Amino acid sequence: MAETSISTYRSAIIDALAEEMRNDAGVFLMGEDIGKAGGVFKQTEGLFIEFGAERVIDTPISEPGAFGMAVGAAMTGMRPVFEVMFGDFMTLIMDQLVNQAAKVAYMSNGQFTVPLVVRTTMGTGSSLGPQHSQSLYAWACHVPGLKVAVPSTPADAKGLYKSAIRDANPVLIFEDRMLYGLKGPVAVGETSLVPLGQAVVARGGRDLTVVAVGRMVQHALKAAERLSEDGIEIEVVDPRTLLPLDVETIACSVRRTNRALVVDGGAQQYGAGAEIAQSINEAAFDWLDAPVMRLCAENIPVPISRTLEPLVQPDESRIVAKVKELLVGHRWPDREDDSP
Amino acid sequence: MNDEIRQRRWTFLKQMMLIRRFEEAVATAGAEKAFPGHYHLYIGQEATGVGAMAALGPSDKIATTHRNHGHVLARGADPEACLAEIMGRANGINRGRGGTIHLCDPELGFLQTSGVVGSVVGLAAGGGYACKLKGDGSLTAAFFGDGALEEGIAFECLNIAALWGLPVIFICENNSADALGMAKGGYPTLVHAANDLRSIPGSLGIEAIRVDGTEVEEVHRVVAHAAAHCRAGKGPLFIETVTRRWAGSAPLWPELATGITDIGMATGRTKIDDGPHSYWYRHNDPVLKLARQILQDDHSARMQIELLDEQTQAHMRAVVERVHQSPYPELATATDFVFAQGAA
Ligand SMILES: Cc1ncc(C[n+]2csc(CCOP(=O)(O)OP(=O)(O)O)c2C)c(N)n1
Repeated sequence: MAETSISTYRSAIIDALAEEMRNDAGVFLMGEDIGKAGGVFKQTEGLFIEFGAERVIDTPISEPGAFGMAVGAAMTGMRPVFEVMFGDFMTLIMDQLVNQAAKVAYMSNGQFTVPLVVRTTMGTGSSLGPQHSQSLYAWACHVPGLKVAVPSTPADAKGLYKSAIRDANPVLIFEDRMLYGLKGPVAVGETSLVPLGQAVVARGGRDLTVVAVGRMVQHALKAAERLSEDGIEIEVVDPRTLLPLDVETIACSVRRTNRALVVDGGAQQYGAGAEIAQSINEAAFDWLDAPVMRLCAENIPVPISRTLEPLVQPDESRIVAKVKELLVGHRWPDREDDSP
Repeated sequence: MNDEIRQRRWTFLKQMMLIRRFEEAVATAGAEKAFPGHYHLYIGQEATGVGAMAALGPSDKIATTHRNHGHVLARGADPEACLAEIMGRANGINRGRGGTIHLCDPELGFLQTSGVVGSVVGLAAGGGYACKLKGDGSLTAAFFGDGALEEGIAFECLNIAALWGLPVIFICENNSADALGMAKGGYPTLVHAANDLRSIPGSLGIEAIRVDGTEVEEVHRVVAHAAAHCRAGKGPLFIETVTRRWAGSAPLWPELATGITDIGMATGRTKIDDGPHSYWYRHNDPVLKLARQILQDDHSARMQIELLDEQTQAHMRAVVERVHQSPYPELATATDFVFAQGAA
């Protein structure tokens, strides 16, 4: 058994960064207020003290320029971890990310690589309004050449960060701010690595597979407990990385349970939920007893109001309701009506 | 001193006090966790917003940032609607959708208030272009922090505005002296290689003026000059107002550094001791400063100043009370205005 200790999601990430910075002198951090201030969400606390201003770099509010530098440094042999304070501001770094970082290895026939990590935050629940609460990971997933991880537990956060930093490609990691305080067991050192592209069954069950992304995994696990009281056992699968997506683990689960619900905190339209659902259709169609369904964020900007904000993303109760609907009420449409 | 100036000072004091008491109410509600989320207060910068707005005309457009409460109030918005918005209520100025960093009222000429540092400069340049096309003598004023000049879009739009002679007043509120900035030696800012921010627009041929942003009359004079320049078709101007932001902004500085303002420190009722904030009370606080200037001119104004302050506080107390009791938006309204309705 690997040695573990209990850690928060936040400190698991800080540990991963620190371990990789100790391992490899080429690893450094860049971002706004991440140095002496320790991050606006305390997400880099302590690192400045250990590694100093040269490796925990406070940038001006110059996201495109500073990120362009990170890409250049990565091509020149360094391993930058670049923080975008709010996932919403990914929009500012799009050219460097989409047209430069993602394409360099391909365009140069593998002569250059861009081993960098983009770290960012997302999610509803903090009342930060429409320009600070979006979950834009599906945007990144649309770009060939990028890898995208969405850790849902402290252990995965640590393990995925370590793998991402060692990866030869640009990897984006989206942290849901509501997870920062979540506690769980985390392994030490090399045993903590979690490979990119490997999903995990977070809870076993027989009646239906819920594939949940990021914080939605936590909601799904709570929903599973409630459903269990009614005799319904759902299996919760956490893809952990959206790109590469481990379709096989997801499909294996669906082949056993014969039903699937995808829960995604990003806006439904053209989102990660659609991609996962269609992957299930392609890999497990013959095993399905009902259409694959999605439960995603509403297609609206995230309002600040206490009453409206909680409507936007799926939660435990809505997962429970949707699972029940899918189990009892939602069979294939009656084909006899269609006959001429 | 003529009566017009005397009268104007009172108007300024009234508006600045309202902003001060409003922001104190926001900080208090924030500390009481009456609303979640972040906020950025305007305390210390009131003289800039009030002085500048008074120099703009009714058809002028305004674009501003995350630190917008003071701008929106100085332009005449209803404090109750503003506080309700910050607290996410249905009667908020944007019906509880935008919140603190997006207070906005198109009827007052606001294009937008943006939480993305720098974006506002682009919006303002676009507003300036529209003003120029309309040819009605209107202009657009952009309010932004020195941080916006770290963003590429600021340089790009300064360049375009200069090139096309757009009627835009770029008002940069440089508040870097306090909070973290003071520890590093004050102005201009921590993270600019240019040690005089005016050199950035200056390199593009834009007239750039620095003004003490705690002096409301000075700000007013300079912005009036800029407005006349724009209206005469002479293109953009850049104004750096040197201000001191002093109160907290959640999450980084979530408390009022100097507590609730005591107007007695201006009228002489309260003694200022030599504690850690004495310099602020004596020299930086723009509200105390203006009250002292009024008193210097007219010693008998003491009662009137204290009365004005009491009335403002009572007004804000009533506003806070009503906002606390006001309803949150109906759930069914969540999808309103995802797309604009009707014909443009
Ligand atoms: C593009 C972007 N990057 C980062 C932030 C986070 N942020 C919010 S306020 C702020 C500081 C802005 O400084 P300045 O423009 O000088 O205004 P001040 O807050 O000092 O008035 C930052 C970096 C943001 N809102 N937008």
